[in-house]
Amino acid sequence: MQALYAQLLVGLINGSFYALLSLGLAVIFGMLNIINFAHGALYMMGAFCAYFLLNIAGINYWWALIIAPIVVGIFGMILERTMLQWLSGLDHVYGLLLTFGIALIIQGVFQNYFGSSGLPYQIPDALRGGMNLGFMFLPVYRGWVVVFSLVICVATWFLIEKTQLGAYLRAATENPTLVRAFGINVPRMITLTYGLGVGLAALAGVLSAPINQVRPLMGADLIIVVFAVVVIGGMGSIMGSVITGFALGVIEGLTKYFYPEASNTVVFVLMVLVLLVKPTGLTGRAA
Amino acid sequence: MKNRISALLLGTAMTLASAGLALAQDKTVKIGALSDQSGLYSDLGGPGSTLAAQMAVEDSGLLAKGWKIDVISGDHQNKPDIGSTIARQWFDVDKVDVIVDVPNSGVALAVNNVIKEKNGVYINSGAATSDLTNAQCTPNTVHWTYDTYMLAHSTGQALVKSGGDSWFFLTADYAFGAALERDTTAVITANGGKVLGSVKHPLNTSDFSSFLLQAQSSKAKIIGLANAGGDTTNSIKQAAEFGIVSGGQKLAALLLFLTDVKAIGLDTAQGLNFTETFYWDMNDKTRAFSKRFGERSKNHAMPSMVQAGVYAGLRHYFKALEALGGNPHDGVKVVEKMKSMPTEDDLFGKGEIQPNGRAIHPAYLFEVKKPSESKGPWDFYKLVATVPADQAFTPLSESKCALLKK
Amino acid sequence: MSALTDDTLPVTPRAMRDEMVAFALMAVLLAVVPLTGIYPFFVMQALCFALLACAFNLLVGYGGLLSFGHAMFLGTAGYVSAHALKVWALPPELGIIIGTAASFGLAIITGYVSIRRQGIYFSMITLALSQLLYFIYLQAPFTHGEDGIQGIPQGHLFGLFDLSKPTVLYYVVLAGFLGGFLLIYRTINSPFGEVLKSIRENEPRAISLGYKTDQYKLLAFILSGTLAGFAGSLKVFVAQNASLTDVHWSMSGEIVLMTLVGGLGTIFGPVVGAFIIIAMQQYLAGYGQWVTVIQGVIFVACVLTFRRGIIGELARLLRRSL
Repeated sequence: MQALYAQLLVGLINGSFYALLSLGLAVIFGMLNIINFAHGALYMMGAFCAYFLLNIAGINYWWALIIAPIVVGIFGMILERTMLQWLSGLDHVYGLLLTFGIALIIQGVFQNYFGSSGLPYQIPDALRGGMNLGFMFLPVYRGWVVVFSLVICVATWFLIEKTQLGAYLRAATENPTLVRAFGINVPRMITLTYGLGVGLAALAGVLSAPINQVRPLMGADLIIVVFAVVVIGGMGSIMGSVITGFALGVIEGLTKYFYPEASNTVVFVLMVLVLLVKPTGLTGRAA
Repeated sequence: MKNRISALLLGTAMTLASAGLALAQDKTVKIGALSDQSGLYSDLGGPGSTLAAQMAVEDSGLLAKGWKIDVISGDHQNKPDIGSTIARQWFDVDKVDVIVDVPNSGVALAVNNVIKEKNGVYINSGAATSDLTNAQCTPNTVHWTYDTYMLAHSTGQALVKSGGDSWFFLTADYAFGAALERDTTAVITANGGKVLGSVKHPLNTSDFSSFLLQAQSSKAKIIGLANAGGDTTNSIKQAAEFGIVSGGQKLAALLLFLTDVKAIGLDTAQGLNFTETFYWDMNDKTRAFSKRFGERSKNHAMPSMVQAGVYAGLRHYFKALEALGGNPHDGVKVVEKMKSMPTEDDLFGKGEIQPNGRAIHPAYLFEVKKPSESKGPWDFYKLVATVPADQAFTPLSESKCALLKK
Repeated sequence: MSALTDDTLPVTPRAMRDEMVAFALMAVLLAVVPLTGIYPFFVMQALCFALLACAFNLLVGYGGLLSFGHAMFLGTAGYVSAHALKVWALPPELGIIIGTAASFGLAIITGYVSIRRQGIYFSMITLALSQLLYFIYLQAPFTHGEDGIQGIPQGHLFGLFDLSKPTVLYYVVLAGFLGGFLLIYRTINSPFGEVLKSIRENEPRAISLGYKTDQYKLLAFILSGTLAGFAGSLKVFVAQNASLTDVHWSMSGEIVLMTLVGGLGTIFGPVVGAFIIIAMQQYLAGYGQWVTVIQGVIFVACVLTFRRGIIGELARLLRRSL
C-alpha cells in the first residue's frame, strides 16, 4: 500500500508537466485554432535557454524561470507574425503540417550544434536534497515542480476566464470582426496569445531541465502524449486540459506499477475509450 | 611479314596479360560509413565515424602506395528499410566494397542480409546485438567493438565478485534490453548472486521515478540499467535525485558511452561502473590518436569506442587487402583473410577475429571519476579491472553461428 | 473553415480524357525505368509508398476523413506477409493475400470504431488505434521487437517469376501498383465515389437524401486500409524486412506529408508526393544532419506557398483535372 501512495505522488509530479504543456496547447488551439506541433520543440528551446543562461551568462535557475519563457515567447510571436497568421481560416491540417515543419527545423538546428546526447543542468542548490515522507523519499525539487505548475495553471485559467483581457480574447475567437469593430487590435491579441502558449511550453522546459537531460529531441518524444491529453480533455478547454494532465500523470503512474510496459500506451487506450463515450472529449466543444 | 604478325600477337598477348594482372591487383577501395547521422546515435557514431574511417585511410599508408580509396557516408535514420536500401544501392550503383559502423541493432541486421547477398564486407562497430555473430552470422561480417554478451559478462561478473550479489534491473522493453538482462542474469546466478526483480520500461521514457522507486524498495545492492542512450542518462540523473546512490545502492549501466558521461556530467555520474573496450586515455598510443581525432571532430569531442572500432576495423581490413596484393572485390575472401591474421592496432591492442566474425580484444571495467579527480574536459574514467580478450566475449562453444558447424 | 479540397473540377469527358492520357504517360514512364539505368530499388520503394499514399488519399481527399494511423495497415500487412513467407514458407502470392487479408480484417474493426467520429477526433482516434497496434507488435514475440523480421525469402511468384531478380520484381511491383491505382481511380469515378464526395462536401445533406453515410464511410475506410495493406505486403518483397518503423506514428505522419506535398484530393498527387519524399530520404542522406532541417523547410514552404500540393497547383495552372 505504501508503494502505491508513492506511485500516486510520482504520477502527480509527471502530471504537472503534462498539465503545463497541454495547457499551452489548449490556449493556442482555443484562440488560434492551430494544433501546435512545434510545442515539443519550443519546450526543448526553453530547457536549452535555461542551460545557456546558466553556462554563458551565469544567470541562475530562478531568473531562467522568467527570462526563458519571455525569450522563447518572443520567438514564438515572430513565428506567428511571419508564418502562422497566414493560415487563419484554413483546415487544421495545414497548421499541423506547418508547425511540424517548424519543429523539424528547430530540432535539426539544435542537433547540429549540440549533438543528440544532451547537456547537463544541475538542480539549483536551494532545491537539492529530499525529505522522507515515511512511504517514500521525495526530492524537494519534485515537490516544487508540483506546487509551481499548479500555481501557473490556476493563474492562466484566471487570466483567460476571469479578467478583462481574457474576455476580449474569448470574444475575439468567437467573432473577430465584431471585436475589431469595438476598436480592439485582434491580430495583436492573437500574436500575444500564441506567445503566452509558447511561453508556457518554455516554462515547462525550464522546469524539466534539472530532471531530464537537456536534449534536442526531449520534446519530440513527449508531444504525441500531450496531444492525447488535450484531446481527452476536450480541445481548447483550459480546465479540461489541466485536469486531464494531472489525471493522466496519476493513471500513468499506476500503470508503471502494475503493467510498466504499457505505460506509454495507456494514454491512447484512454483516448479511444473517452472518444467512444464522449465524442468531443471530457469537456470539449464540437470541432 | 611473319615476324610482324607474331610481334602483333605477342603484343596483344602482353596487353591481355597485363590487363589480367591489373585485375588481380585492382587497388581501388570504396568505403561506406552507414550511421545514424541525425538521431539518437549520431554522437557516438555519425559524423565521427566517417572521420574515423577517413583517418584509417590516411594512416594506412596505402594512398602513398598507389591505392585509391574513397569514403562515402549515409544516414540510415534508424529505419531498417532505409538502411538496407542505402546499402543495396551502395553495392549496385556506387560499387562500395565495405560498409562500416551501423549502430541500431534492427538496421544492423537488415544491412547484414544485404551485405551477405551482395558478397561485400561488413565491419560493424555500432550495434549491440550479439545475433550478428550468433544465429545471423555470415561469412562477410566482422563485429568489432562490443556486444550485449560482452557487456553483461564483464560488468556483471566484476560487480558480483566485489560483493554486489543482489540485483534489480531497469530494462528497456526492447529486444536488446531483454538480451542484456538475460545475459547479465546468467552471469549473476553463475557467480552466486541473485536477481530480486526487474521492471520493463518503454523506450524513450522521460520519467523514471516510478521505476526507480520500485528498484529502491527492492533493497537490491545493485540496480542494473539494461537500456541505452537517453533512457540511461535520464535514469542515472533521476537516480541521483531520488537519493538512490547516497542511500547505499549502486548503479551499474550495462551500456554507457563516453558521450553519455559527458552529457550527464561528473557531478551526477560519479561512481558509476560500466564496461567499454576503448577509452581515449588508456595509453600513449590511444592518446595520440584521440588528440588527432579531437582536432578534427565536431566540438573537439574525443572518440567514442564505436568510432575507435570503425578506425581499428578498417586498419585491419587494409592490412588484409595489402596481404592479398589488391582488392579482389570478394567479401568472403577478404573476411577470410582478415580472420586468418591476428589483429593488432593502437586502439584495441592485440586480438583476433574468431571464425564466427567476432573480433575479440580486452574489455575494461571503468568507474566514473569524482569531479575533483578530473583534470580536463574529457577526463572521466578510472580503470577498475581488465578482462582479457579470451574471457570477454562469447566462448565459441556457446556461439550458435552456423559457420562453426562445418 | 474551408474544406481540404475546395476546388476539384467536376468530372467531364475532357477531364476523363486528360486523366487517361496522364495515366498512360505515367505507366509508360514507369515501365521503361529498368532500361534507363535509374536505380530500380529506389523506384520500387517509391511505388509502394505511392500506392499507400493513393489509398490514404482515397479516404481523405474524397471521403474527407484524415486518418493519422494509416501506418497500422502498412505494418500489419508487412508483418503478416513477412511471417507467412519466412516462418510458414508460403509462396509469394499467398503471402501477399494473407497480408492484405490481415489489413482487411483490421480495417473492418478499426473502421467500425473510428468512422463515427469526425474531423480532428477521427484523426486522433485512428492515431490512438495505431499506437495500440504498435504496442501489440512491440510485445508480440513473432515480430522480434526492434530487430524486426529479417532476411525474408522472395521466392517465385506463381512458381514462375523469380522475385530475387530486380527487373522481375520491379515489373511485379509495378503491376501491383498500377492495379491498385486503377482500382482507386475507378472507385473515385463510380457512383460510390460520387456519394463519398457528396458526404465530404455536406454530410447532413447526403443523409437527408437518404444515404446511409456511415456505411459509405466504412466502406471507403475498409477499401483504403486494405489497399494500404496491399502496399505493405509488396514492400516486404522490396525491403526484405518488416520492422517497427512501419507501424510507428511518424510513418503515419509521413503518409500525410506525401499526400499533401503532391496534392490532396488529386489523382496523381500522392504518387508524385511519394516519389519526392522517398527521393529526399535517399538522396539527401549525404547531407547528414541537415536532412531534417531541409525536410522541415520544404514542408513549411509547401504550406505557405503551394498549399494545393505540386499536382494540385499544376492542375489549377493548366485548368485540367489531374
